[in-house]
Amino acid sequence: MTMLEVHNFGKTFTNHQLQTTRQAVQNIQFRLEKGQFLGIVGKSGSGKSTILKSIYRTYLPDQGHIYFDSDRFGKVDLTKITERQMIYLRKHEIGYVSQFLNVMPRTTSRELVENAILEMGESESVAQSEAEKALAHFELDKKLWDMYPNTFSGGEKLRLNIAMATVKKPRLLLLDEPTASLDQQSKVKVKEVIEKLKNSGTTLVGIFHDIEFMENLCDQVYDMNKRKLEVS
Amino acid sequence: MMLEEPILSVKNLSKQFGDGCRRCSDPSTRDLIKNYCPSCGMVFACRDISLDLYPGEILGVVGESGSGKSSLMKCLYFDSDVTSGELYLQDEEFYGQNLWTLSAQKKRYIRNHKYGMVYQNPVHGLKMDFTSIGNIAEKLIAAGNRNVDNMKMVGEKLLDTVHIPLFRMKEEPRNFSGGMQQRVQIAKALSNNPPVLFLDEVTTGLDLSVQADVLDLIKRIQREFGISMIVVSHDLAVIRMLADRTIVMLNGEVIENGLTDQILEDPIHPYTQTLVYSLL
Ligand SMILES: Nc1ncnc2c1ncn2[C@@H]1O[C@H](COP(=O)(O)OP(=O)(O)OP(=O)(O)O)[C@@H](O)[C@H]1O
Ligand SMILES: Nc1ncnc2c1ncn2[C@@H]1O[C@H](COP(=O)(O)OP(=O)(O)OP(=O)(O)O)[C@@H](O)[C@H]1O
Ligand SMILES: [Mg+2]
Ligand SMILES: [Mg+2]
Ligand SMILES: [Zn+2]
Repeated sequence: MTMLEVHNFGKTFTNHQLQTTRQAVQNIQFRLEKGQFLGIVGKSGSGKSTILKSIYRTYLPDQGHIYFDSDRFGKVDLTKITERQMIYLRKHEIGYVSQFLNVMPRTTSRELVENAILEMGESESVAQSEAEKALAHFELDKKLWDMYPNTFSGGEKLRLNIAMATVKKPRLLLLDEPTASLDQQSKVKVKEVIEKLKNSGTTLVGIFHDIEFMENLCDQVYDMNKRKLEVS
Repeated sequence: MMLEEPILSVKNLSKQFGDGCRRCSDPSTRDLIKNYCPSCGMVFACRDISLDLYPGEILGVVGESGSGKSSLMKCLYFDSDVTSGELYLQDEEFYGQNLWTLSAQKKRYIRNHKYGMVYQNPVHGLKMDFTSIGNIAEKLIAAGNRNVDNMKMVGEKLLDTVHIPLFRMKEEPRNFSGGMQQRVQIAKALSNNPPVLFLDEVTTGLDLSVQADVLDLIKRIQREFGISMIVVSHDLAVIRMLADRTIVMLNGEVIENGLTDQILEDPIHPYTQTLVYSLL
C-alpha cells in the first residue's frame, strides 16, 4: 500500500523585501510504501528540508501534489486539505522531528510527552502510563523526566523529541537531520531508536548528512542531484 | 472529509469610527492613509473581516499597533457596536441568528453565559476594590448563581487553578502584582464555564518568567476545559507558543492566515514578511 506519493512537487520562495524569487525545488517525484524508510540525500541547499516542511505544511506547497494515505480521511492531497485537517493529521498521524526542540518553557519532559497524548483525546491515566513507557523506551535518564529540557544535552533533547513525536504512533514520521549535532555514541542510540520504529511498522522519510548512518536503514534513497529514486 | 462546524463564525465584519465623506464611502475613490481617511478623519478599524473559530482551538491574532485587533475583540464581546457584519455562535439557543442584531438583553446573556474576556488592562476586567473571590462571585451572580456556598467553592477552586494562594483570596486585586491580576482576571473569565474565551494582550507588560506562567496557564485551560480561544498579541513568541492557527491584521484588514508555524517560517504577504523577518 502506498503511504506517501510526491508528484511533480515544486516550491518557490518570494522575498518581497529583497525582491527575489528562488525556486527551491522542482519536479520532485517519489513514492513510498507503508512501513518503508526513504532517505533523502543531496548537498546543502538542494531543498531536502523544503520537501519535508512542505509535507508537514510548515511551508506552503505551491506546485504539484503530495498524496498521503490518512487513517481518518482516506487518500488526501496534503497540498489541498484544510488547515484544520492538517492540524488533525499532525496530532494523530504525521510526526516531525528535527534537531531543534521547540516547546513550551517550564514544562517538564514528562508533561511534554503527556500533553502530546492528551492532545489525541486520551485520558490522564493513559497519558501518564504511556508517557513513562515512551521515556523509558527511548532511554531518557529517569532523573530527567521531571526536569525542564532547556538544560538537556543535544542527544537528550533529541530522544525527548522523538518520544514526543512517536507516542502518537504516527503513520508517517519525518526526520530532518535529527542527528546533526550528536556525537558518535548518541548517533548509535538514535539509530537503534529508528530501527525500533521501523520494526513497529512506521513509515519514515529521513534526511541525514551522514550517508553511512543511513545505509542499513533505508529501503530507498532519493538523490536530489540525480532527482531519482534508488533502491538500496 | 471531516465536517467540522466552527463554534464562532465572523462574516464580513466592518467597524468604522466617524461618519465618512463622499470620497471614502466609495471604495473606488477611497484614498486612505493606513486605516483613516485624510479628508474627513474617519477610521476604518476593521474592514471586511471574516474568520472561523473551531471547538477547542486557540486562534492567534497578530498585527502592529492600531491594526484593529482590540476593535475586533470589542465587537466580538459586544463592548462596541459594529458598522456591519454577521456573527454566529454554534449554540442551540442562538443557532442561525446574527448575534450582532440581537437585543442588548440577549447580548448581555451571551456575555454572561457563553463568553469570557481577559483585557490587556486588568482595570477593565476587575473591580479593584472587591476581593478576588468577590470578583468571581460578581460574574457568577451575573450568570444566575445564587447559592453562596457554591459560589465560594467555585471561586476557591478557580483561584487555586490559577495558583492564587487560599490565604490571599480575600485580598483586593489592586494589591497584587500584574501577573497575579491577570491570573485573577482569567479565573473570573472562566467562572461561568464559557465555551469561548477572548484574551487581548494578556502577557504584555509582564516580565518573562511571569509571562511563562500565564502562557502555561492558558495552555492548561485549553487542554483541561476544551475552551475555544482567540488570543491577540503583537508578540510572535506568544502566538507561536499558544496558537494552532493565526491571522495577521494590517490597517483593519486580515491580510494572511494559516497554520502558525507556516505564518512564521513561510510568510507569504509582504507585510507578514516584514513583521517576521524584522524579528529574526
Ligand atoms: N523559509 C525560507 N524562505 C526562503 N528561502 C528558503 C526558505 N527555506 C529554504 N529556502 C531556500 O530554499 C533552498 C533549499 O533549502 P533547504 O533548507 O530545503 O535545503 P537543504 O537541502 O535542507 O540544505 P541543508 O542540507 O543545508 O539543510 C535554499 O536555497 C534556501 O535558501
Ligand atoms: N473610540 C475610538 N474612536 C476613534 N478611533 C478609534 C477608537 N478606538 C480605536 N480607534 C482606532 O481604531 C484603530 C484600531 O485600534 P485598535 O485599538 O483596534 O488597535 P490594536 O490593533 O488593538 O492596537 P494595539 O496593538 O496598539 O492595542 C486605531 O487607528 C485606533 O486609533
Ligand atoms: Mg536542511
Ligand atoms: Mg489593542
Ligand atoms: Zn472620508
